[in-house]
Amino acid sequence: MERDTHFILGVYEDEDVLLHAVKEVRSTGVKIHEVYSPYPVHGLEHVLGYKRSRLPIAAFLFGMLGTSLALTMQFYMMKFDWPMIIGGKDFAAFPDFIPVSFEMTVLLAAFGMVGVFMVSSNLKPWAQPRIFDVRITDDKHVMAIDIANNSSMEVEKIKEILKSSGATEVNNKSFE
Amino acid sequence: MQVTSSVRQPLVTGGKTYHDVTHDVSRQVEGKPSLAWFLAFLTAAGVLALGSIALIATLWEGIGMWGLNKTIGWAWDITNFVWWVGIGHAGTLISAVLLLFRQKWRTSINRAAEAMTIFAVICAAMFPVIHMGRPWLGAYWALPLPNTFGSLWVNFNSPLLWDVFAISTYFSVSLVFWYIGLIPDFATIRDRATGLRKTIYGALSFGWDGAAKTWMRYESVSLILAGLATPLVLSVHTIVSFDFATSVIPGWHTTIFPPYFVAGAIFSGFAMVLTLMIITRKVFKLEDYITMGHIELMNIVIIITGSIVGIAYITEFFIAWYSGVEAEQYAFINRATGPYWWAYWSMMTCNVISPQLFWFKKIRTSIVATFLLSLVVNIGMWFERFVIIVTSLHRDYLPSSWAMFYPTWADVGVYMFTFGLFFTLFFLFAKFFPVINMAEVKSVLKSSSEKAAK
Repeated sequence: MERDTHFILGVYEDEDVLLHAVKEVRSTGVKIHEVYSPYPVHGLEHVLGYKRSRLPIAAFLFGMLGTSLALTMQFYMMKFDWPMIIGGKDFAAFPDFIPVSFEMTVLLAAFGMVGVFMVSSNLKPWAQPRIFDVRITDDKHVMAIDIANNSSMEVEKIKEILKSSGATEVNNKSFE
Repeated sequence: MQVTSSVRQPLVTGGKTYHDVTHDVSRQVEGKPSLAWFLAFLTAAGVLALGSIALIATLWEGIGMWGLNKTIGWAWDITNFVWWVGIGHAGTLISAVLLLFRQKWRTSINRAAEAMTIFAVICAAMFPVIHMGRPWLGAYWALPLPNTFGSLWVNFNSPLLWDVFAISTYFSVSLVFWYIGLIPDFATIRDRATGLRKTIYGALSFGWDGAAKTWMRYESVSLILAGLATPLVLSVHTIVSFDFATSVIPGWHTTIFPPYFVAGAIFSGFAMVLTLMIITRKVFKLEDYITMGHIELMNIVIIITGSIVGIAYITEFFIAWYSGVEAEQYAFINRATGPYWWAYWSMMTCNVISPQLFWFKKIRTSIVATFLLSLVVNIGMWFERFVIIVTSLHRDYLPSSWAMFYPTWADVGVYMFTFGLFFTLFFLFAKFFPVINMAEVKSVLKSSSEKAAK
């Protein structure tokens, strides 16, 4: 059977039932493809065993880039390229460069991080998402299990596990 | 695990389920607009059209159309600029600062407040741009672009240039923050829709699928953006106040300006949020989401920031006297008793006295009183900027050049234009975008609703 095409879906109503269910299902050895929720469920990433997002690191690096670019630009323009006496200040009036450096830091950190987020999560206007269940964006949490990825286990057995973990519905879903 | 508190009120009333949240918010987007919406939208668009006559006249003839003279070079334009920027502070404060402080009540008001922020900043930015006289050349004066003077760069020692960076960063970061929050809600509308609407909201939702991994990153992004936006929001009005504070004009060059301007900005921003929210909750029947609890909390913020502003006014006066500088003392005495006394006392009444009425629980939990006082606060905050700007300028060092400022029809018209623009954009937002952040409200619903907690 092909990977990433045939799924078993466990539909959950409540976030706390879902959190227990994820632990329970994982402890039986079933590999979870992904869990889909209408809103962020706190602690879900821990029970799923996801590593912490490295986006804050991206934000920090982009922020540093912003600071360096802003300072380089200001010192180059004000001190080296066209020095002018303004209010009797030093050409390299460092304290005066702080506001612009701060704003450029924030600008690049924010845009850089959001850009990385968009790319890493494949968010783009022309993206065609695979919708496992339309109720995911309304009121249901859906646990998707890739059948091919759990070939050692019977489909019926997986469905049993999902049912006993508190799923209100267990469905099949296939993509082309 | 349901968390109920006997002390705190529920954030969402009416025993809503998750599906109710989706339905109550999405139906505004999906249904035909109501007659009330059409009338409101047409009024706003009408004001925009009328105001654009003044705007076009100003661009065609130049800023000589305004009532400025050789003594008063800044008047309505900069007053309006600071006023709009101030209003634009509440949205990001609500979504960023209150997120860091884990104030969950922000979830049902942050979307509309952020939209208001973005529209207010657009209105604000118009004034300095028009004031350039020839805004089509403005990019060369405002941005560090190479030019034919080989290159004569912009002046990084000038707070006006810092403003360019501050306002444009604030605008773009707020826009991104707002849009990231909108993505999951656009996906909700996409999944309920068919046909053209599905295509449009599908594109707007950027292919959101609600995966746990994406939510994890989303939460991470929100938190970092909040962490970045918090100092940003404080920096913006600080830098706006530098426009005055770093000058040598008596009445302007005070070190108290940055915190005083920031408090004033939050004060007026919350007042505008209240004005808009009271109308929105009524028109869209969202009383269960924007509850009396929300209105009361925002009124408390208004008392606090209003009191800070009041103390700042008194401190300014005291320091002017204590400094022993005659010019400084005269600037303040002239404010309170000179030809612009009526503007000064309008400001004092609207900003210092009227918000103190919110100490009475009856008043701060009354919709009518809150609505009226929110208008009063914004009138007062407009006068504050007018008083600071015009009264400090109109009697300068040479009594022979003392003058008065009289607004022309073009001053009034351009201000009207920004009102039209603000409300036109807000009404379009309210119709086509989900006005309440559904995903975030759902995430706090469990502690608020019996049905969701079952």
